Amino acid sequence: MSVVTESTSQVIAARGHNRRVLTNRQREERWGFFFISPWLIGFALFTLFPMIASLIFTTYDFTLSVPDEAKFIGLDNWRRMLFEDETVWRSLWITIRYAFLSLPIGMIVAFLLAVLLNSKHLMGKAVFRTLFYAPTMIPGIASILIFVQVFNPYTGWVNRIIEVFGIKAMGVTGLRWFDDPNLIYLAFVFIGLYGIGNTIVINLAGLQGVPTELYEAATIDGASWFTSLYRITLPMVSPVIFYNLVLGTIGSLQYFTVPFVINGGSGYPDGTTEFFMIHFFKQTFRFSNMGYGATLAWLIFVIALVATLALFGTSRRWVYYAGESNR
Amino acid sequence: MATISTSFPRRTMDEHQIARRRRRILTTAAVTLFCLIILSGYLVPVFYGLISSLKTKDQASDANAPIMPMKEITFTYEGEAYPLYEVPLESGTKQLALVKKGRASSKFVDPQNVEAGLIDWQGNWRSLPAVREVSPAWENYPEAFNKIDFPRLLMNTLVYGLVTMFGTVSASAMVAYGFARYRFRFKNILFIVLLGTIILPPQVTLVPTYAFFISIGWGGTWAPMIVPQFFSNAYNVFLLRQYFLTIPREMEEAAMIDGAGPIKTFLRVILPQAVPALTAVALFHFFFAWNDYFGPLIYLSGRRELQPITVGLASFNGLYSAEPQLIMAAAVISTILPLTIFFIAQRVFMQGIVITGVDK
Repeated sequence: MSVVTESTSQVIAARGHNRRVLTNRQREERWGFFFISPWLIGFALFTLFPMIASLIFTTYDFTLSVPDEAKFIGLDNWRRMLFEDETVWRSLWITIRYAFLSLPIGMIVAFLLAVLLNSKHLMGKAVFRTLFYAPTMIPGIASILIFVQVFNPYTGWVNRIIEVFGIKAMGVTGLRWFDDPNLIYLAFVFIGLYGIGNTIVINLAGLQGVPTELYEAATIDGASWFTSLYRITLPMVSPVIFYNLVLGTIGSLQYFTVPFVINGGSGYPDGTTEFFMIHFFKQTFRFSNMGYGATLAWLIFVIALVATLALFGTSRRWVYYAGESNR
Repeated sequence: MATISTSFPRRTMDEHQIARRRRRILTTAAVTLFCLIILSGYLVPVFYGLISSLKTKDQASDANAPIMPMKEITFTYEGEAYPLYEVPLESGTKQLALVKKGRASSKFVDPQNVEAGLIDWQGNWRSLPAVREVSPAWENYPEAFNKIDFPRLLMNTLVYGLVTMFGTVSASAMVAYGFARYRFRFKNILFIVLLGTIILPPQVTLVPTYAFFISIGWGGTWAPMIVPQFFSNAYNVFLLRQYFLTIPREMEEAAMIDGAGPIKTFLRVILPQAVPALTAVALFHFFFAWNDYFGPLIYLSGRRELQPITVGLASFNGLYSAEPQLIMAAAVISTILPLTIFFIAQRVFMQGIVITGVDK
């Protein structure tokens, strides 16, 4: 993150008198604030102020349909969330467990695909890259609808393909992906794989940044392909992996669209799809319970903050930055 | 390698090279084939969506239907249409039309030789494979297009996408220019705060923002989704700032000396040089708008006439769950525009992803 040191007006000002240096400086500062003013205003209006308001909301019993009946209830919302509402912990557990399943799979698949797409032995790289990225362009809702049918127990291709290997999969007694509490997460993971295009591209850029001399040296030393991958590639692209991990973790905590579109927030089957965001959505927008909704939002914020700080804490041990001092 | 080649006789060297080249070609073929297999697996849902969208309702819901959209071929004999079957005869298998069904024997007619009259065949006709041909049900597309009211959804989404694209690109470019070129107090802290908002879960600001927008009467309108976009977006600011930093200062200095003010310099000198980055940001935003589901879901509930593609598609799925082929056709229709734009502008788009992902 290099920061601009010299600016035009200063260069011009340096030729002038001392008095003018000062005014130019001030003028520059004023223009600087002018240019960033959209963000400053937007940040105050849509981030800072709402965050404070959100904290105040947590102390109120406030239903949007009857705003006049809002009343201060102290920490009751917090008590309800932490000690009385069992759905909070269950949905949190579901969300975190799913994150531990989907995030590693998504990241590993994206990384391995990037390695494959970066192979010097691959012909038609550009075509392959475009085609592997293309599914990411399918609108999320559209790909969910397609996957629901691909996993259909009677007519879907997944079960048909599994039957080719001699396993009974089709029909009522077969693999009912969206009705089975154990299989549904796996189906969700597959849906998630249609959104990894960006991660692939970022990984690919990271791989292209690894100096080829390192691989040549390793080959001369007799290192195998796997050793090079583990000892050179992984450490060299670890900043990219770290970036994907942080954004992926925060994204996982907000997992919402897939379970919502498929089950409408009902939690079917057996409550397994009642992710934290679904619970938040129902409390806030179905029951118009602004006070309790804000409390739930603060919980997810605190968890995201702790997770991010924890990841940054561990990063020193495994993320390799060339030219550490510049950062 | 030079030392090795002198110690070997010339012919051996050639054979060596040929062997090496052959190995390289083999590796290339293996890797490419492997990649092709993975790709086909990865694209299975896409093929499924395309093929299912071309089936008739019966084919799409029949577990035993062939994979491709097939239709049974019929032959018209004496004014009636009869299905064709592959019938094994003494002279080989022939495609015959089944005229009279029977449990133990059936009567067929040969389309190529109608004059020969009815052919009696012993056996159960149910065991015979029907003669089918690929016949895509193209009519699913106009039907889905009309039933989902695609023009209205497209219009809503396009207006939303283009208006906010203008808003976020111009605001983000301004902010990025400020951070890239000007010196002011708290600049570094402010920039870190800006980056911090990228990882801020949006829910924490959502509830009061929602309550506020509803209370000022913006519920059921697009305003809550459009207005905030005119105050820039952290991702876009970051991407554009990185790009502005790479633009040499000489031209700006020349413009300044010529008497151009900061605004004129920004509009006339910086923006024209940043077209690739601006395009990338515009595309990112467009795809975001095309995919935006949560905002319209909470602010436009009950306003069917205002809904965008995402919400329309989701409710279409609920209404027509018995007609999977129409849902697939609608899904394909919603994909055409973003995919086309992506194929046209993929280079600049991919570079944009790289800047946001790797430079941080």
